[in-house]
Amino acid sequence: MTTTEMQPTGHEIVTAWDRMVAKRRVYTLIGLGILLVALISSMRFADESNAGHFFERLPHLFDFLSWLIPKEWSDVWRALFDIASPNDKGGEEYNFAKGRVYVSGGFYIPEYFELMLTTINIAIVSTIVGFVFAVPMSFLAARNFSPSTPLRLVAKRVMEVLRAFPEIVIAGLFAAVLSIGPVAAIIAVSLHTIGALGKLFYEVVENADMKSDDGLRAVGANWFERVRFAAVPQVLPNFTSYALLRLEINVRTSTIIGAVGGGGIGEELKLSISRGFGAKTVALVLLLFVTIVAVDQFSAWLRRKLVGEHAFLLQH
Amino acid sequence: MTLSMIHESRRHEIEERYPHYFKRSFRQRFGFALVVAGTLLYGVYAMWFFDLPRLVAEAQWQRFGIYLTQWVSYDVQPELRLKDDGSIETRYPRFSVLGDDPHPDWIVTNPEGGLTVLVSGTSRSVAVSRGQAVVNAYGQSVTVDLSGENPRVIGQAPPWMTVYDDNVLASFGFSGDASISSDRVRVRKRFLGWANFVFDTHSPFFGKPAGEVISLIASGPRLDPAQSNLSLAWDNIWYNNAWQHGDVWTKLFQTIVMAFLGTLLGALVAFPLAFFAARNITPNRFLNQVLKRMFDFLRSVDMLIWALFLTRAFGPGPLAGSGAIFLTETGTLGKLYSEGLENIDDKPREGIKSTGASTALVHRYGVMPQIVPVMVSQTLYQWESNVRGATIIGAVGAGGIGLKLWEAMRTNSNWANVGYMVLLILLVVFIFDAASNALRHRLMGTNKASMRH
Repeated sequence: MTTTEMQPTGHEIVTAWDRMVAKRRVYTLIGLGILLVALISSMRFADESNAGHFFERLPHLFDFLSWLIPKEWSDVWRALFDIASPNDKGGEEYNFAKGRVYVSGGFYIPEYFELMLTTINIAIVSTIVGFVFAVPMSFLAARNFSPSTPLRLVAKRVMEVLRAFPEIVIAGLFAAVLSIGPVAAIIAVSLHTIGALGKLFYEVVENADMKSDDGLRAVGANWFERVRFAAVPQVLPNFTSYALLRLEINVRTSTIIGAVGGGGIGEELKLSISRGFGAKTVALVLLLFVTIVAVDQFSAWLRRKLVGEHAFLLQH
Repeated sequence: MTLSMIHESRRHEIEERYPHYFKRSFRQRFGFALVVAGTLLYGVYAMWFFDLPRLVAEAQWQRFGIYLTQWVSYDVQPELRLKDDGSIETRYPRFSVLGDDPHPDWIVTNPEGGLTVLVSGTSRSVAVSRGQAVVNAYGQSVTVDLSGENPRVIGQAPPWMTVYDDNVLASFGFSGDASISSDRVRVRKRFLGWANFVFDTHSPFFGKPAGEVISLIASGPRLDPAQSNLSLAWDNIWYNNAWQHGDVWTKLFQTIVMAFLGTLLGALVAFPLAFFAARNITPNRFLNQVLKRMFDFLRSVDMLIWALFLTRAFGPGPLAGSGAIFLTETGTLGKLYSEGLENIDDKPREGIKSTGASTALVHRYGVMPQIVPVMVSQTLYQWESNVRGATIIGAVGAGGIGLKLWEAMRTNSNWANVGYMVLLILLVVFIFDAASNALRHRLMGTNKASMRH
């Protein structure tokens, strides 16, 4: 018998393999077909239920961008730093000097920087609050450290709901209680952060090395001591890294919450775009863009210092 | 001699052997305490910055309870008017949830004339007759004299009753309240649940028990000659005035479509670009950097800014929302994909290259099998996160349920509708969470560790 001729079992294997490949190919094609149909029909759906239609509005896409270009580019800097503009004719489009926030004497903080500071403070405060609450929650929810199963399930459910709850509703509810402003946004973003960080944290805790915990159990440590000395030293770098990633996301979220009434730079940007103030819009977008890039870079640098390259991936 | 006593020379030896435990740097010793102190200081600054003490002092916490109660309950506010001729007329506000001609069984006509409103059974009730109102609650019975110009409480007013000059307010807790003036008694009776959730007051099926509605739909005579009872019932539910089921569900679907369209289009654009951005696939430093900076730019301009611009360009609606998600997602997925590509194992590629395969084949068999599960997993994750994101984006005008939610909330009177929409959003988010988790688990096999990126 030569080597090229196959045993009957060999033939069976080849036909089975061919059949499997063909089947997989059919499944892949069907899957792609469904995806394509879904894509085209959802495009049509989105187009039909929109106020303006895609192809009808497309030629005008750049018309709308034209108002964005300010008459004088120097107005962008004036808007950014609240310097009176020669174009100011009493309207709101060029009243840059009006928004100055005087600190002492002639020294002032430009309005947009103040608003940006508000947004950043919202993000930082909510990240801190979220971190502080998410850490104990995550130890209750982690399988290897949870004191009791019912408590673990409750903690997990609570975090799931906090994560899924739409932030604007919490913001709206607290805006009614606390008056409209940044504090409602802080509460909304904080609650969401507890849920989002808590989930990431308990996954980190569940992946922790349990040898140190075995050692602490052996000498009779209680729950707090086990968490403090067995888990925290292992998980803290990852916790901090995730918290910094959350900070990046929270800067964006607090801008959006701001746009729907939470104060800060988002609200100003929304107003400026909806009224078509070219110079102001460009100034705000520039400021926001630079800030987001700066926060991202800072957080990436700090994370790299904390946990090295391996955690240097984007995570929502 | 106890165990803790160690000879001095031995101690020095241990100290020298483990210097990093015994002589720790300043940062190691006080770093954590400094971080905590700094955070606390920042907290104080933030409290001052946001003017927190004043806000908390001025907060209207009772509203919180009221609004949350309104999420899951509704009230009916009959007004009993005391006419000069001694008769009592019951009136309901316009658009009352009871319909145009209500005769609720909790307003009882007394045999000696006058009406009794049973706010919570017989234990909390208001009996109104000529010249007086008797309020029964918490085991007490208080008579309010209505014969004068202003109402007058006879005897001591209990703590649940507030007496104003021209008005007496009796509060029954969750079940409602009664506001008593000399010429009218306004009662608020609160019911748990959502009013007219299925049929509104204009529907011919309104107020009918479920059994009767089913038998009408199944075999009843046509209520509307133009269409069958089933389609009439469906129409009535879909166009329910109070709940706007049709509109809410369409908007919810829009939100899902926005997330789907934006993420999928983003993935389709990011996929080929990522191959050019990954430095191990395309050894062209300039092209790599240009594409990576472009991804960063798309991501950093932020979904909100894209949404606001596109809302202006295309008008409010899901097109603007999908566009915003598409632009942001091209950036995010491009970054994730190219990072994934840079982390692949080079051995399969080398193996396939060594057989003399073309570049396309090397990518198809050397790269794709490694990267596709990772990419699909990341895309699913982003889709799931965008369903939530699309809700918020919607509120700035980019379409979907977000805008509807925001409008319902802004009036501060429609919290039950807000509750309904929140419930739907939570459901959708949970379903997507579970579906994308299950899909990702299947894709990545049982290897859970690699699932997390």
